[in-house]
Amino acid sequence: MTIDFSSQWHYLVALAPELILTVFGMVVLLAGVSRRHATTVGRAYDLGWLSLFGVLLAAFANGWLYGVTEVGVSSMVAGDAFALFANWIFLIAAGFGILMSMAYVERQGLQVGEFFALLLLSTVGMMVMVAARDLIVIFLGLEVMSIAVYAMTAMNRRDPRSAEAGLKYFILGAFSTGFFLYGIALTYGGTGSTNITEIAVAVASGSTQPALLLFGVALMLIGFAFKVSAVPFHMWTPDVYEGAPTPVTAFMSVAVKAAAFLAFLRVFTVAFDGLYESWVNIAWWLSVITMVVANLIALQQTNVKRMLAYSSVAHGGYLLVAIVAANTEAGAGMLFYLLVYTLMNLGVFGVVMLVGRQSESSLELDDYAGLGQHKPALGVMLTILLLSLAGFPGTGGFMGKIFILQGAMDAHLLYLSVILVLTTVVSYYYYLRLAWYVWMRDAPDGADFADVTTPMPMRIGLLVAVAFILYTGLFPEAALDMARSGIASIAAFAGG
Amino acid sequence: MPFLESIAYDSWILHALLWLPLVGMGVVLMGSEQAAKRVAFWSAMGVFILSLGLWWAFDPATTAGGGFAFESSSPWIPSWGVSYALGLDGISLFMVMLTTLIIPLAILGSWEYIKKQERAFYALMLLLETGVVGVFASLDLFLFYVFFELTLVPMYFIVGIWGGERRIYAAIKFFLYTALGSLLMLVGILYLYFRAKEMLGVGSFAYGDILAVSLSLKEQLWLFGAFALAFSIKVPIFPLHTWLPDAHVEAPTPGSVVLAAVLLKMGTYGFLRFLLPLFPAAAVHPTVVTIMLTLGVVGIVYAAIVAAVQPDAKKLVAYTSVAHMGFVVIGIFSLTVNGLQGGLFVMISHGISTGALFLLLGMLYERRHTREIAAFGGIGRVMPLLSTAFIITALASIGLPGTSGFVGEFLALLGTFETHPAFAVIAASGVIFAAYYMLPMVQRMFFNKLDRAENREMKDLSSREILILAPLLALMVWIGVHPAPFLERMEPSVQSVIERVQGAEEGLAAAANLDLGEGRSDR
Repeated sequence: MTIDFSSQWHYLVALAPELILTVFGMVVLLAGVSRRHATTVGRAYDLGWLSLFGVLLAAFANGWLYGVTEVGVSSMVAGDAFALFANWIFLIAAGFGILMSMAYVERQGLQVGEFFALLLLSTVGMMVMVAARDLIVIFLGLEVMSIAVYAMTAMNRRDPRSAEAGLKYFILGAFSTGFFLYGIALTYGGTGSTNITEIAVAVASGSTQPALLLFGVALMLIGFAFKVSAVPFHMWTPDVYEGAPTPVTAFMSVAVKAAAFLAFLRVFTVAFDGLYESWVNIAWWLSVITMVVANLIALQQTNVKRMLAYSSVAHGGYLLVAIVAANTEAGAGMLFYLLVYTLMNLGVFGVVMLVGRQSESSLELDDYAGLGQHKPALGVMLTILLLSLAGFPGTGGFMGKIFILQGAMDAHLLYLSVILVLTTVVSYYYYLRLAWYVWMRDAPDGADFADVTTPMPMRIGLLVAVAFILYTGLFPEAALDMARSGIASIAAFAGG
Repeated sequence: MPFLESIAYDSWILHALLWLPLVGMGVVLMGSEQAAKRVAFWSAMGVFILSLGLWWAFDPATTAGGGFAFESSSPWIPSWGVSYALGLDGISLFMVMLTTLIIPLAILGSWEYIKKQERAFYALMLLLETGVVGVFASLDLFLFYVFFELTLVPMYFIVGIWGGERRIYAAIKFFLYTALGSLLMLVGILYLYFRAKEMLGVGSFAYGDILAVSLSLKEQLWLFGAFALAFSIKVPIFPLHTWLPDAHVEAPTPGSVVLAAVLLKMGTYGFLRFLLPLFPAAAVHPTVVTIMLTLGVVGIVYAAIVAAVQPDAKKLVAYTSVAHMGFVVIGIFSLTVNGLQGGLFVMISHGISTGALFLLLGMLYERRHTREIAAFGGIGRVMPLLSTAFIITALASIGLPGTSGFVGEFLALLGTFETHPAFAVIAASGVIFAAYYMLPMVQRMFFNKLDRAENREMKDLSSREILILAPLLALMVWIGVHPAPFLERMEPSVQSVIERVQGAEEGLAAAANLDLGEGRSDR
């Protein structure tokens, strides 16, 4: 089938996954407030499975869209392989997020309908944001995503930390969106368009107002840096990640980051490709500072959730390397990395939820002492996921890192590559430290982890995540090819 | 041998050696806790028996001029040019056989020692075997790197879970030290990959393709640095050795055995397989040679002096490893056939003798729960068999003529003397130092007065322990008395490494002449 955006109806086809998720979001929301479900035990599971069904349908639609080609006029949203690959990441994040949060939502008595509806709607926002070919639509997606996630962060009404995190996230997020929006306005002033392709053409032909445009680029860079939590714009990350309910942290540490990074990649390597020389130095420094600072601070953390927050900031640093390299290899590397990162980080947070007994307790390193002896299967899975986060051979995390390193080497970024591997060594320490608590310390008297139970949805999620991590670590070829074709669909790289 | 040909031994043996331990690991994990050690032992033993065929199937003629035997290659990640390429030459042959020999013995040596989480332990030992065989058999730099790193994980857990008091500190130190070096090497490998891509048009990590890349001297020096750091930490070369005593002392006996006998060899093997052939111009660079020889010699002397004052027998043996590896380093960087062969011989001999020493110390520890030299004394009278085995091993470690240690150290010193006599003279003092630290230990533990009641009750070797030690002792003597079959198998490969290095040397000399010539014409 072909889609032609001169016909309004064809937008519905191109946005099929988004529409499906939106519909399911509404249905779940309504089901959540309906009286029938108001007091039933287990309704988190009912609505969770319903949401998951929506995600699966959207996934089918997304797979089907691969057979669809765009003809005719360009539109504000793209149905290119880049967006479709990104959709896989978001759908996986949403699907696993739902699987892993069911028991938590049930146990903590969160508002079920709202929780899953917001999760689905924020996913819609991410998909729109990455598919967008227009800065305004990116902004639209960004806001849909962000506002849903702000609300989810503050979801646990009985926990003041959750409210604090929500407020913090909201204020700083709004602040950064302001930067972003102002950047869009100035870019429009500088180039006369908000369309990414048209901006690229204007930049290439030199018919711009350079002062306005550069200011706009700088402000948008800051806006994105906030969203991907690059140091020094990361200040909100640890507090928000620590305070938010763990399933929400898991979801936003992967999905929000992926959406922000992919939009970042599309805007900066397509629209602002001609300005590469102007922004690359800033991106270089952002990347270096992020890798160094985040990894060093992560060393100090004794709270596992906070450690993982800094770890996710550090991973942002590695991904920024791909932005700096700005070639097809690095871009494909970023897609691949985000896919793997999504699964491994979700998996680790899944274990954190289990050890935390589906609540916000037992988050210290000490609480993991002896886990391996009493729950060996959980210990093994956590170890594999941690090794993958550390980028160890045999796991998908390693292949992702190699992919990004290849891009960096291809762009002759030798110093950046060396800094990447050196900070990776630093990160080994804190990932392995969690592993040594799990395996090499004995549990304190009385602690036998008998109350750590793995609900069935979580079990599915963890097993699939670990299997996928090992699969991409041993046989990455299929995922590599998909990432390559994804990046080829937006390829307007000059490289650097 | 016709029998080996009839079963097409050449075509499957390396794959079998590489993956059978992993199959064994799966069986261990699925079986019961009690059966774990038996399953693991027989898996490793099966691998060893299979590997014995290598001795006869290996034809040194195929490795002349840098060729490989048992070679096979199939694409692994085609879009990156990564291949699953395996092969052996006269250098890796012995390393693989050493590995397959040591692992079952180490498993047998952990029979009584490992009491908790047995399944996990034996599974990790078999995973380690896969990793180490992979390191020695890989003919693709990417594949090599994956296995090189893979060996870290099982060792980290073996030291960290079953080790002594300060096991976590030792495990993390071991892990971070090695990872630091190997990650910098990874950048070097990727750099080579891109140079190969520029030359060939398609990227490739295959050893043969990387060998064909021509690099400027400056590039070679930098890459040499990156690779040398990774391997020097692994060896370890003074002053990068500080992780070794910690890891050895804290590791459980089988961990120490595998670490000393096999893992350290990955470093020196890397010198022979990658450093010299890939960066010959850097390897013959006078400054580089001087630095490496100096570090080697300092390592020999320093480790000997430090070993001499250790009250802990295990720590003493750990330091002797540093000294022995110093001999390997000077042998290799003498850049002579004799030196390289000597280095390779010391690697083999050290693997056997130090492995045996750690096993013996483990046996003593199981009986007395101490490793203090002062806690023993006169036990030769109560346990004659163990004492005999210990003394033979100690003498082999010192390098007494007629034992395996002698051949290697002699050749390494001979090779060094050919090119750098001053270094050879100082290094030779290390042989005397070896007697200075090893013999007093033997005397204080096995002779002197039997003045402690606990020592009187010690039981002599059990039949299981005899089974462990007998093959190692036999090898020490066999290699020492009749090294010719070993030498002829390693000769062509060593020769081709030297030829490659000498080619670069002549290139350097020619370049120097050219400079001189131009200088003259300017005048």
